[in-house]
Amino acid sequence: MAGGADATLLEVRDLVVEFPTRRGVLRALDGISFSIARGEVLGVVGESGAGKSLTGAAIIGLLEPPGRVVGGEIRLDGQRIDNLPQAAMRKVRGKRIGAIFQDPLTTLNPLLSIGRQLVETIRTHLPLSESEARERAISWLEEVGIPAARQRIDAYPHEFSGGMRQRVVIALALCAEPEMVVADEPTTALDVSIQAQIIALMKRLAAEHGTAVMLVTHDMGVIAETCDRVAVMYAGRIAEIGPVREVVKHPSHPYTSGLMASIPALDRKVARLAQIEGAMPRLTTIPRGCAFNPRCPKAMDVCRQEKPGLRPAGATMAACHLYEVENV
Amino acid sequence: MIAQLVSRLLQAIPVLLVVGFLSFAIFTYVGDPVSIMLGQNATPAMRIAMRHALGLDQPFLVQYWHFMVRAVHFNFGLSYRLALPVSQLILERLPATTELVMTSAVLALLVGLPLGVYTGIRPNGFVSRTIMAGSLLGVSLPTFLLGILLILFFSVLLGWLPSFGRGHVVNFTHWSTGFLTLSGLKSLILPSITLGLFQMTLIMRLVRTEMLEVLRSDYIKFARARGLGPRAIYFGHALRNTLVPVITIVGLQIGGLIGFSIVTETVFQWPGMGLLLVQSIQNADIPVMSAYLMLIAVVFVVINLVVDILYYVVDPRLRVKR
Ligand SMILES: Nc1ncnc2c1ncn2[C@@H]1O[C@H](COP(=O)(O)OP(=O)(O)OP(=O)(O)O)[C@@H](O)[C@H]1O
Ligand code: SF4
Ligand SMILES: [Mg+2]
Repeated sequence: MAGGADATLLEVRDLVVEFPTRRGVLRALDGISFSIARGEVLGVVGESGAGKSLTGAAIIGLLEPPGRVVGGEIRLDGQRIDNLPQAAMRKVRGKRIGAIFQDPLTTLNPLLSIGRQLVETIRTHLPLSESEARERAISWLEEVGIPAARQRIDAYPHEFSGGMRQRVVIALALCAEPEMVVADEPTTALDVSIQAQIIALMKRLAAEHGTAVMLVTHDMGVIAETCDRVAVMYAGRIAEIGPVREVVKHPSHPYTSGLMASIPALDRKVARLAQIEGAMPRLTTIPRGCAFNPRCPKAMDVCRQEKPGLRPAGATMAACHLYEVENV
Repeated sequence: MIAQLVSRLLQAIPVLLVVGFLSFAIFTYVGDPVSIMLGQNATPAMRIAMRHALGLDQPFLVQYWHFMVRAVHFNFGLSYRLALPVSQLILERLPATTELVMTSAVLALLVGLPLGVYTGIRPNGFVSRTIMAGSLLGVSLPTFLLGILLILFFSVLLGWLPSFGRGHVVNFTHWSTGFLTLSGLKSLILPSITLGLFQMTLIMRLVRTEMLEVLRSDYIKFARARGLGPRAIYFGHALRNTLVPVITIVGLQIGGLIGFSIVTETVFQWPGMGLLLVQSIQNADIPVMSAYLMLIAVVFVVINLVVDILYYVVDPRLRVKR
């Protein structure tokens, strides 16, 4: 495999995802490019509908039909995974890329004990016997902080609280030791009082196991505490991406600036953007050129004509014509 | 769980009392048993004697009480038509109906469940669409018409299968079975298809709908995201989650099968309870009718109980610890 020399684990290049609908094709992701290094935690923020979940779904190869990847490529450790056959992709999912979903109340099968679900997952990916897998499952439950794991392994999901269930989900996502996990708003559905615990747990486990994380969240506080880098998404594109400190302290893209200005203390959420007039366009009404141009205080003529690409802007990369000149 | 089953049984008692009251009312007030048994020419003295012998001169509640006590002992009196104990008639007919209904139910499940799973997994495939189109026929074709068509084709035109009766049966003390002889099995084919087709298509369509629903759920998405294979996802995770509604409907449908068996048994002259009921209705044989009613009520109570037990087995959330 091509990896090794550089530390890049996942590379997404020019990813385009479309939904064919009766009223034409909706382009939901329009040329997404980013990479994640081994062991790195990349935060992804953006308003609702920006395409965060779709990006994660495309990476694990679980876009829901009719959604499909129509352009670009996704490489894991140098190897393309976006065009793998079903059977080969199943060996990537769970084994090399894990996934953590939003609502632990619905992500566990209610009719199977948590032990059954863990053992099944472990044995799908690792050559272990039933009893070895069970031991492994117990130690994972202990590792994610389920008290009395050995006694509770045969309990069913409904016998656990929301926070405990999300711990089980995390154990399920990590039990085959994947190199990376996609965590799509892993705490949004949880009680505020346990959100921090779950984030701390994920952070600790990722560090201990060297797992890279793509962490989708609305919570800038979480990004600041947890992530190495952050990608800001807008209308199916990446507006800006760079080290968390830089993006937060010295945002280059006007959208990011507005975003940060609207979050005076780093503990607010970016569900809505009061500071910037207007709303993110629907997929059917994305304007020509820069998708942000109707709301941008610095919009220029070129912004209404040409789509800006990601370019170096200070210590980050931004998709904005303001930085075109510097680069030429 | 034991406690809950006991409470379920207790809940069944009022149901049985009400049904018992209905069949008692039919028994006592529909027609005049005395004139039926004595004929039109009896003297008033004979009538009074008969009324006394039958207990018809006693107060209403006492009569009801006696009726229920006798019912519990499976004593429903004599058939007006055949002058034989009703219990004996029913016991003779019970095996035929039981074997027919069970065969139809098993057939409906064995075919309906896999087809439902298949069409649920590939909703847009050519095969699925064909099956779904075909199933409309199964839902809409009336039982008697289907039976007549089958007889026409397989009995009259091809001569492969018998068109009526149970064939040779093997008798045990209280049971006669058609399962043990070739002609018995051949005789079972057309009636059980006739009776089971509707339920089969119903089960298939239900399983399909439930599968489609479950396959969209988050836990299936998460199972896929963990790299589980199709077999584990479809059968280990998805099918299991469709079972609670399927059990409910199948339970109800077994009741429906008993109902439809009246038609099927008539079409195929199948010597079961349905045929007995039809003959009894034609002859105003009230004791048989009221006994049949009671028996059906008991069957429904038992089915409900079995359904409840299966719920507990399938869904851990229903195993409430009390
Ligand atoms: N099945 C679909 N058909 C058409 N459009 C879809 C479909 N699924 C998603 N989209 C569109 O894709 C866009 C991105 O959706 P996505 O779920 O990735 O947003 P998100 O950034 O995760 O938002 P949120 O913060 O609300 O989770 C949305 O505009 C949505 O309307
Ligand atoms: S490209 Fe133009 S419109 Fe878009 S953010 Fe930059 S300045 Fe604003
Ligand atoms: Mg989302």
